[in-house]
Amino acid sequence: MPDTTIANHELNLASQSVEAKNTNAAEISKQLRANRHKRESRQALLKHLFLGFFAILMLYPLLWMMAASVKPENEIFGNLSIWPSAFHWDNYAHGWNRMQVSFTTFYANSFLVTILSVIGNLISCSFAAYAFARLTFDLKKFWFALMMMTLMIPYHVVLIPQYVLFLELGWVDTYLPLVVPRFLAADAFFIFLMVQFFRQLPRELDEAAMIDGCSPYKIYWAIIMPLSLPAMATAGIFSFIWVWEDFLAPLIYLNDMNNYTVPLALRLFVDQDSQSAFGQMFAMSVLSLVPVILVFVIFQKLIIKGIGMSGLK
Amino acid sequence: MSGLSLNGVCKSYGPVNVIKNLDLEVISGEFLVLVGPSGCGKSTLLRMIAGLEEITDGTISIGDRIVNDLPASQRNLSMVFQSYALYPHMSVRKNLAFGLTNLKMSKDEIKRRVDEASEILQIGNLMDRKPRQLSGGQKQRVAIGRAIVREPELFLFDEPLSNLDAELRVQMRVELAGLYNRLGTTMIYVTHDQVEAMTMATRIVVLREGKVEQVGTPYELYNRPQNLFVAGFIGSPKINMLETKCQSGNGASQIEIEDFGSAEIARLGSDSTAITVCVRPENFEINGSGVLSAKGKIVLIEYLGSELYLHLELSSGKRLMIKAPSKAEHLVGDEMSITIDIDNCHYFDEAGLRIEPAKMTEAA
Repeated sequence: MPDTTIANHELNLASQSVEAKNTNAAEISKQLRANRHKRESRQALLKHLFLGFFAILMLYPLLWMMAASVKPENEIFGNLSIWPSAFHWDNYAHGWNRMQVSFTTFYANSFLVTILSVIGNLISCSFAAYAFARLTFDLKKFWFALMMMTLMIPYHVVLIPQYVLFLELGWVDTYLPLVVPRFLAADAFFIFLMVQFFRQLPRELDEAAMIDGCSPYKIYWAIIMPLSLPAMATAGIFSFIWVWEDFLAPLIYLNDMNNYTVPLALRLFVDQDSQSAFGQMFAMSVLSLVPVILVFVIFQKLIIKGIGMSGLK
Repeated sequence: MSGLSLNGVCKSYGPVNVIKNLDLEVISGEFLVLVGPSGCGKSTLLRMIAGLEEITDGTISIGDRIVNDLPASQRNLSMVFQSYALYPHMSVRKNLAFGLTNLKMSKDEIKRRVDEASEILQIGNLMDRKPRQLSGGQKQRVAIGRAIVREPELFLFDEPLSNLDAELRVQMRVELAGLYNRLGTTMIYVTHDQVEAMTMATRIVVLREGKVEQVGTPYELYNRPQNLFVAGFIGSPKINMLETKCQSGNGASQIEIEDFGSAEIARLGSDSTAITVCVRPENFEINGSGVLSAKGKIVLIEYLGSELYLHLELSSGKRLMIKAPSKAEHLVGDEMSITIDIDNCHYFDEAGLRIEPAKMTEAA
């Protein structure tokens, strides 16, 4: 056999061998893909079943309350089914005006207290946090530790001394005990949250601003604040929710029904005379959740927006 | 345009002295580069000049003014940071104009300066972008633009190119040099990159542990290092240091270097018996036949395109770095002989200070 023929023959054998290997590899790869798909599907199904179960468990009370708000009075505790036999939408209309004072007033009161508190918290806590995170002053660590310690004191411990203080000041039955402390950076949790955020912002920004002629105050307003939207949004959302749903402080400091906030007003449904109105109470409870949900949905975007804002390397 | 004077400047953080009684005169209009190893205090010194760090002792003067107690914004200087420090929430235009707005400058003047800076740096098409929409090089240009618009007496640069890739660094280096030629303003530039220091500086200050080791032109630092530290720090690859026995007589000194043998040289201006001879990698003759020759084995070859660096192990185990032409054919494991170019050696006494041979002293 001439040399060239032998060479061609060997080349053919080699190429056949490569083809066979390729076919084999493709089959193995297909098999592996199928196995992986099967495994992942099984895991996904288990995960969804697990999460679905707990989601229903968590959502059930809310769903039950929403259903109860449109059920006839006798069906609320008598029937375990979530779906009402008939929809009584008039629970909402009657509930709104059931008290001597309309829920319009309660909502206005709640909004007033909550908005002022949120503004107060954001301004005062961010100021305090900026000082702790960026400025140098005597005994800074000591004051920070002291501030952190206030986080560990339960509210109920300071309740009576606080009440006595506000009574002496003549603030009882006004909104001042609910609002003024928020303007004095009394909420250590938000200060801590913002300190952590401010510390992440590069100091070179402050230094560049100092060279650009900014005072510490201007650095705070022009540089730190705009870059802290995520922390502000988080603090704002939490502050709104906690103040909006606060029951204890308004209960202690507000006496006149005209000053009541929504959570206090909801209690009136239970305190009323023998004529209970649970359907109406649940209707108003559902409505009281609306602002909280709206605030969360609108402002949560700001938390994400802060990511990716960088003028640094 | 002003000079800068540092007199007896000290900086301490508690018991740690970072800058130790430092004196320095920066001539008006010069491009001064501060170099030194990490932790030598070069950035701290720059920040003290900027007014971002308080000084513990001494005085800093810009032009005729002592500026110790002046805030950063009133020192009439600009600083470019290593991390650019652009305000992320402002457009490029606002970043440039921010400092001028704080100075309560008229809108027309702000516009004129911003437009001029954008033209110099060719960032006109980026003016409405946010910093996150810019590449590293563009961010650096904007940071420089922010410094230019203030039309300061003094520019401070804190390792401004260290975050850029190699290619962009070379490009920005050229642009910065061009900017310096165009503006003619005094510039103080901190870097740990020797190439940047050597190529851009009119003078270089070498710092170590908060003290000035030498101030001089790049040529002086490379060719006449005043001490062993500067000799070792300036030059890449590093200078070769050889421990040497020396005996000085009338008019001549006899030096004996391990592996290389002994030779008679012009009398050294010191009676030290143990001196260090430093030889740069390019100051060896390959396969030479002069005095002070040694044989060694190539253990590593670094090919850089235009040249080769050979790591040579001598019989005593000492390793030397030798520069060779790129076309030279060498292989790892080859034996080769080298000869020291005596005329281009640097001599240092036991204290690490430079000793001049008599001939060179006379010539100087």
